[in-house]
Amino acid sequence: MTQYLLSVAMTDGAPPRPPGEMQAAYEQVDRFNSELQSTGSWVFAGGLMPASSATVVRADGDEILVTDGPFTESKEHIGGFWVIEAPDLDAALAWASKATRACMQPVEVRPFQENPET
Amino acid sequence: MPGGPGGERVVDIERIFREEYGRAVSVLIRAFGDIDLAEEGVQDAFTIAATRWPESGLPPSPAGWIITTARNRILDRLRREACRADRQAQAALLHQRDARDEELTVHDDRLRLMFTCCHPALAPEARVALTLRLLGGLSTAEIARAFVVPESTMAQRLVRSKAKIRDAGIPYRVPSSAELPDRLRSVLAVIYLVFNEGYAATSGDQLGREDLGAEAIRLGELLAALMPDEPEVLGLLALMVLIAARRPARSGADGALVPLPEQDRTLWDPRLITRGQELVRASLRRNIPGRYQLQAAINAVHSDAVSAADTDWSQILALYDQLLALEPSPVVALNRAVAVAEVRGAEAGLTALDGLPLEAYYLLHAVRADFLHRLGRCTEAVAEYDVARALTANEAEQALLARARNAAAGSPGR
Repeated sequence: MTQYLLSVAMTDGAPPRPPGEMQAAYEQVDRFNSELQSTGSWVFAGGLMPASSATVVRADGDEILVTDGPFTESKEHIGGFWVIEAPDLDAALAWASKATRACMQPVEVRPFQENPET
Repeated sequence: MPGGPGGERVVDIERIFREEYGRAVSVLIRAFGDIDLAEEGVQDAFTIAATRWPESGLPPSPAGWIITTARNRILDRLRREACRADRQAQAALLHQRDARDEELTVHDDRLRLMFTCCHPALAPEARVALTLRLLGGLSTAEIARAFVVPESTMAQRLVRSKAKIRDAGIPYRVPSSAELPDRLRSVLAVIYLVFNEGYAATSGDQLGREDLGAEAIRLGELLAALMPDEPEVLGLLALMVLIAARRPARSGADGALVPLPEQDRTLWDPRLITRGQELVRASLRRNIPGRYQLQAAINAVHSDAVSAADTDWSQILALYDQLLALEPSPVVALNRAVAVAEVRGAEAGLTALDGLPLEAYYLLHAVRADFLHRLGRCTEAVAEYDVARALTANEAEQALLARARNAAAGSPGR
């Protein structure tokens, strides 16, 4: 089993989705989460506040520098994510296909480095 | 011993390398779960064969000998490395393999390898490179030359895509029946892309590209042998074989392209035409039409006509109607317009071109120019030929367009 990060890209400054659509997405994501949990593929998941709320901390010699803003100036930032367990990429892509339909945003699939099983 | 010393046997080893490389690598990838390990083992085995076979003669089963020798080389290496750090990694790998053994017995390993190399999670150019490398046994240098990129770029592309297969966990198996149609489409697209690179020759060195065409047909034959019940697999093979049959007539003595209506049909390869037509019939018998089958059927109709004037254009138009319904793309619509003009006249052809979003595609202008010329609207035809010529970088196409333009400019008409 490998763990995969399924992350949801959000575009900064994109017009807010109509309330009905938001509500639908919430409900679909809830159902998706239940399915993940019932099959034992769920590890962790969460939604994030907008990237404008991010703070970057970095060590510079002895000092710690704290700056406003996300890492990159990209227009797209992670808006939420799942960590799942899957036997291979095809299984992870099958979950991601359900995820993107549920949240109605593109989903990036990326494997974790360590094999957490051993 | 017959023949001179060495000569024939060296050729033999090369031929066996090309024929058996993919099989050996695919078997060993399944055994060891590691592409690089499998490739190195097989290459080592061929190096040993190159020194041993000229003296000892060919073993009864060269492929079996290569696989056994490669397997032993890999096991030796793993034993040496197991004494070092990565015993744990190997244990994990073998465990993963046991869990899948049942599924793994059903298919030829080369089929698994095709689906892995053509996985949609890999970039299209990576799928092509991996397929040619691992299944075709082409060297990195050969693939780089055929696709006109520096060898270092191609080497990097191969390393990166093999790393993605490993790191992302792209599986080594034939997809389940639910996934199969999509995934097979990707495999067919890769093979057809290799074929088109070989035959369209938009750029790059001619010789390397003709090899690509032959390689694509070889991959198509392999896939047809492994999946004989998939009509689109047969359709793609038929399409490639029928196009290849016309190759001797495609270029004139001066190397210029000869368009289909002007080709000397006695130069077409009758053996390939027969084979292609048999494949078309075999695929259509299953009654699940697809884009490759329909394109192959269109080519089969062309290959039936002893002269351009004998072409059964109404049948071709009917096939294009089906193809367009299945795959409503502007390029298909453009090709259909050519058939429309043959069946209903150039005016109807012009109407069929209206609104196609292909203004940047030279063939749209070349086709429109031809229709205009036929209608005697020569000034407009010349202007369209000029637009077409400015839109292609292919010198052979440019020469063809220049000739047609001059013919239009010299004709009486408006």
